Amino acid sequence: MIKAKGICKSFADKKVITGVDLDIKPGMIFGLLGPSGAGKTSLIRIITGQLVFESGEISVFGKPVSELSGEDKRQIGIMMDDHGVYDRLSCIENLKIFADIYGVPRSRIKTALAQVGLADASKKPAMKLSKGMRTRLQLARVLMISPRLLFLDEPTSGLDPMTMKYVHKLILEQKANGCTVFLTTHNMEEASCLCDEVALLNEGKIIDRGAPGEICRKYNHQKKVNIHLKSGEDLELEHGASSSGKIAELMAQGQIETIHSSEPTLETVFIELTGRKLESEEEIRYA
Amino acid sequence: MRNIWVIIKKQLADTIKNKPVLIQFVMYPVLTLIMENAVTIPDMPELFFTKLFSVMYMGMAPLTSVASIISEEKEKNTLRVLMMANVKPGEYLAGVGLYTWILCMAGAGVMATGFSAYQIPFYLAVMAIGFIISIAIGACIGVFASNQMTASSLFVPVMLVFSFVPMLAMFNDKIEKCARIFYTQQLREMLDLMTFDGLKIETPVVILINAILAITLFFIAFKRKGLE
Repeated sequence: MIKAKGICKSFADKKVITGVDLDIKPGMIFGLLGPSGAGKTSLIRIITGQLVFESGEISVFGKPVSELSGEDKRQIGIMMDDHGVYDRLSCIENLKIFADIYGVPRSRIKTALAQVGLADASKKPAMKLSKGMRTRLQLARVLMISPRLLFLDEPTSGLDPMTMKYVHKLILEQKANGCTVFLTTHNMEEASCLCDEVALLNEGKIIDRGAPGEICRKYNHQKKVNIHLKSGEDLELEHGASSSGKIAELMAQGQIETIHSSEPTLETVFIELTGRKLESEEEIRYA
Repeated sequence: MRNIWVIIKKQLADTIKNKPVLIQFVMYPVLTLIMENAVTIPDMPELFFTKLFSVMYMGMAPLTSVASIISEEKEKNTLRVLMMANVKPGEYLAGVGLYTWILCMAGAGVMATGFSAYQIPFYLAVMAIGFIISIAIGACIGVFASNQMTASSLFVPVMLVFSFVPMLAMFNDKIEKCARIFYTQQLREMLDLMTFDGLKIETPVVILINAILAITLFFIAFKRKGLE
């Protein structure tokens, strides 16, 4: 669906993307993880032809990105973090504009609004919507066109947990319909639960890639089992045959409250590889 | 062509809810009707208020509206969404320009009600030319400015010069001499004559130079800033 080889892009003297390779298969949810300023949005803008790149090759739908026709572009839904809606217009009026541009039947507007849970707010001006509802309106705008390829730039940034779950459900529905999803996020939980494959982007370079579980297992250096006993005591045992007897004994005695293996999360892998967090303390505080 | 029509429809839906822009289109036609019917001063030239407000209308409404619309879309990132939906910059600008021109011409139609039937085509032609040049200047400001605040600080002085200097020129010879370099002053003189007979060569030349300058500046702004 998307193939990229050796993509490089600089702004003035600063390199924002350095030698990025991608191979995104049809029907998968691909997650690009990285902290703010890592180059995630720039990479989406390059792949979607909004930003000219200096070197490398990109193909979308098997064609170089510069040769995509109007019909090809109509099959690409793009929801960027900073994209606006027409504040004075109602949800329906907002969608009508894009239904007309994409040549989508007007009947799809109501379906798309119902799909994102905005059917009751369809006549409400966009300026009166909450942040979560605005995000869902933006999603309705891209879902309405039934895209084959969907770019979502931080779709859940700043949303409450309920709305976030709702958005996740919509993304998974798109995948079930055969849509390929390219998602950027700095939320590792989101990436773990949604993505078939993730790439970790730092300072414009992809530092590792693979299935989320696979990456976590790859960096499982500790190989420990952490046990919390009913007595309140914490035990850390080797993740191996040597600990099996002890674990079996504790289990048999009914002393175990919780038991976890110690494989890292995407967040800890990222910190290990870069020394940086995916989401800064400041971003967490203001989210 | 379809996208141009979509932009026009979008603007029409938005204008009804956008009072600052709506007032721009409605204010002078309404003022003209009120003043022409309510005020009578001895020895006042025929249709004095209509001609006065017409020049102000052509120098103000299209210029400020186009600059406001484009800069607002840039500021709120809705323009980027349109561009990504494969609306070409030319289609967007044509849609906004046509919408503004049509609404201004409708306003001019209201203002023309005082003229006799044979004068109306001449009046509307003069207004149409003025609107086109003002739209180009407004588009130039809208494209150049990155947000509404910058656009306002640019279009207010420009609009004041083009719409009010011809009025001041009526009372001061020195201002009148300076004002002759502006298309609005030349179009005001055409409205005073209400005929092509006796038209000085200076009038079409100045209007043409103003138009060329506005279009050139627009292309320079567009080349430098695009619609991002």
